[in-house]
Amino acid sequence: MTLLGFLAERRGEILALTGQHLILVLVSTGIAAAVGLPAGIAMARRPRLARPLLGAAGLLQTIPSLALFGFLIPLPFVGGIGARTAIVALVLYALLPILRNTYTGILQVDPAVVEAATGLGMTRSERLRMVELPLALPVILAGLRIAAVVSVGTATIAAAVGAGGLGTYVFRGIATVDTRLILAGAIPAAALALLTDALLAAVEKSRRPARAAGLLAAGAALVAALAFAATGPSRHGAVVVGSKNFTEQVLLGEIVSAVLEDRGFRVDRRLNLGGTKVCHEAVVSGQLDAYVEYTGTALTDILKRPVRSDPSEVLREVQAAYGPLGLRVGAPLGFNNTFALVMRRGEAGRRGVARISDLAPHAALLRVGLFGEFLERKDGMAGLVQAYGFRFGLRPREMDLGLLYQALAAGQVDMVVGSATDGLIAALDLVVLQDDRRYFPPYDAVPVMSEAGLTRHPGLAAALDSLAGRIDEASMRRMNYAVDGEHRAPADVAREFLARAGLSGTRP
Amino acid sequence: MGGTDSAAAVELSDVRKRYPTGAVALDGVSLRVEEGRVLVLLGTSGSGKTTALKTVNRLVDPDAGRVTVLGRDVTEWDPIELRRGIGYVIQEAGLLPHMAVAQNVALVPRLLGWPEERMRARARDLLTLVGLEPDRFAPLFPSQLSGGERQRVGLARALAADPPLLLMDEPFGALDPLTRRRLQDEFRDLQARLGKSVVLVTHDVPEALRLADEVAVMDRGRVVQRGTPREIRDAPQAGFVRDFVAAALP
Repeated sequence: MTLLGFLAERRGEILALTGQHLILVLVSTGIAAAVGLPAGIAMARRPRLARPLLGAAGLLQTIPSLALFGFLIPLPFVGGIGARTAIVALVLYALLPILRNTYTGILQVDPAVVEAATGLGMTRSERLRMVELPLALPVILAGLRIAAVVSVGTATIAAAVGAGGLGTYVFRGIATVDTRLILAGAIPAAALALLTDALLAAVEKSRRPARAAGLLAAGAALVAALAFAATGPSRHGAVVVGSKNFTEQVLLGEIVSAVLEDRGFRVDRRLNLGGTKVCHEAVVSGQLDAYVEYTGTALTDILKRPVRSDPSEVLREVQAAYGPLGLRVGAPLGFNNTFALVMRRGEAGRRGVARISDLAPHAALLRVGLFGEFLERKDGMAGLVQAYGFRFGLRPREMDLGLLYQALAAGQVDMVVGSATDGLIAALDLVVLQDDRRYFPPYDAVPVMSEAGLTRHPGLAAALDSLAGRIDEASMRRMNYAVDGEHRAPADVAREFLARAGLSGTRP
Repeated sequence: MGGTDSAAAVELSDVRKRYPTGAVALDGVSLRVEEGRVLVLLGTSGSGKTTALKTVNRLVDPDAGRVTVLGRDVTEWDPIELRRGIGYVIQEAGLLPHMAVAQNVALVPRLLGWPEERMRARARDLLTLVGLEPDRFAPLFPSQLSGGERQRVGLARALAADPPLLLMDEPFGALDPLTRRRLQDEFRDLQARLGKSVVLVTHDVPEALRLADEVAVMDRGRVVQRGTPREIRDAPQAGFVRDFVAAALP
């Protein structure tokens, strides 16, 4: 399908996402202006305030957005999953240009003009209102323009906390390596940025910028109200299902959602959230009712406990530790997304390698490809070498996850370190070596539910239990490949899987 | 404001001011302006004449000494009320660049809360008074005016609320000789008609002699000679005043 055809087909959803995007930008820029303008004026009045305030605003800009979300999500009133957290973050990012331009705009007003105004008998507030602000207006508007345009771009990160907007497509596209999806998010976002820039530039250049700015603000408020109305009622009473931002997680989110919908629940999908920490904080604070986690990730990344290798012990430990957090861990779904040493089938056969310990005689000259993280992790290369007692003679080649399998298929490496459920394992006819010494910790997929959500939604646990043991590695690989390799929609793939597995009820 | 007795419109008694840098700006300045008279402060740049002027409308607060306006110590005035009661004209007119001529002229009436209709009528009258065609000039912005026109608008603005006292800081400083001469003549006629008390600062000797009822020559923060224009011209004190006057007059 061509890009244009794709955009046309999705125009309804694109419009809705654009509306959400617009709301995020307008509301956050409005709040940033409401805070930044008075603060900038105060700074111009008391220059001693300027340095610490500008410093603080500058510092906020340097905080990576995901880290900022990590801080914000657990906070009451400003945090959580959804638009509120995204708006708070966008406001913090938009403050600096507004503050700085208001401050410098007022300071750069000709002192002779200010003295003349004083000499004519203006009070401080009259001088501010009638002289300093009007003369600083072009600079202040330039600051607002920067803030708004940058916000249009930055608002794409809102998708990482489930706030919607065009970032939803960008993140989904990146996760599923689907360029059309990325473009379907990026092109409207770029158009929105250009439009915002042009509108504010027109205000700056207009003969009466104060009036034009007022008109634009009124128009923006109207658009925000319309867009807000158009996005429809909020999903009160729905089960909120989350997922992290990669293909398998999105698929699992869709599967869980579909199973719930089959049982009559209404579901609010907050998929593609920005990583483990975001999902965990969200389910702990009750913003999510459920998402799928991996036992090994829960043990080491979330609970910060040492690596263990027995799957049932790990599960029990995680279950015990999650209880006090107000979380319940459901039964494993059936597959273990652990690290996998992967070879071409023919090559493995020729060398007579089926288990990792079979590698010992080949290790000296084996060309290994891996992603850098594996060299650093506690459950990575160092432990592997120790557990199996051989070391690789050649220096492993580090490359991007997406490129590993291409390199393996092209014969540029003999073996790669991937994940057990990577879709390309099935598609490229590769084999996963058996971890015969059970070195790799288990990463069993398990639903994590909040106790509050379970109370609110009776039957939720039972619904998720119906998935217990039903998704094996091969199925997961096939589904991952259907999305990554065949560019099919995750929701369709999930439905198809459920139907084929006999898990689907009333709906196709 | 309205002092009715024949007391001084402005009086400075032994006024001293030192700038934060330590430089002495005013070193014991005493001056007196009778009502309806024009006092010209004449001096080179840095002589303290502008600083002395600014003590009158409290843009500068002296370290010591006493400044009275219409018989009342300026520290007893509310500074805003004081300034609104004094017309203030500065070099390059100090017009607000974002306001049209009519708005600039009606600025002090606006601050005083005059009704819109009265402000507009007043602006037209004053533009006519300073020789600017109201229909043509009222809607223009300062950047669209010549230097002489700007200076006329500045004068009209200072007169807008009909203050008894005008402070003028190099009001004709940035003009070509012909325009300057014409504006000086017009100012003298206007002053004769309106009877305002005026303190005018200039470094231009012929201008001082032409406009003043009394001249105070300043040098390094002091008044070095006071007298009528004739006295300054014909009997300049030996030293600075004689050199200054001689250098300026052919």
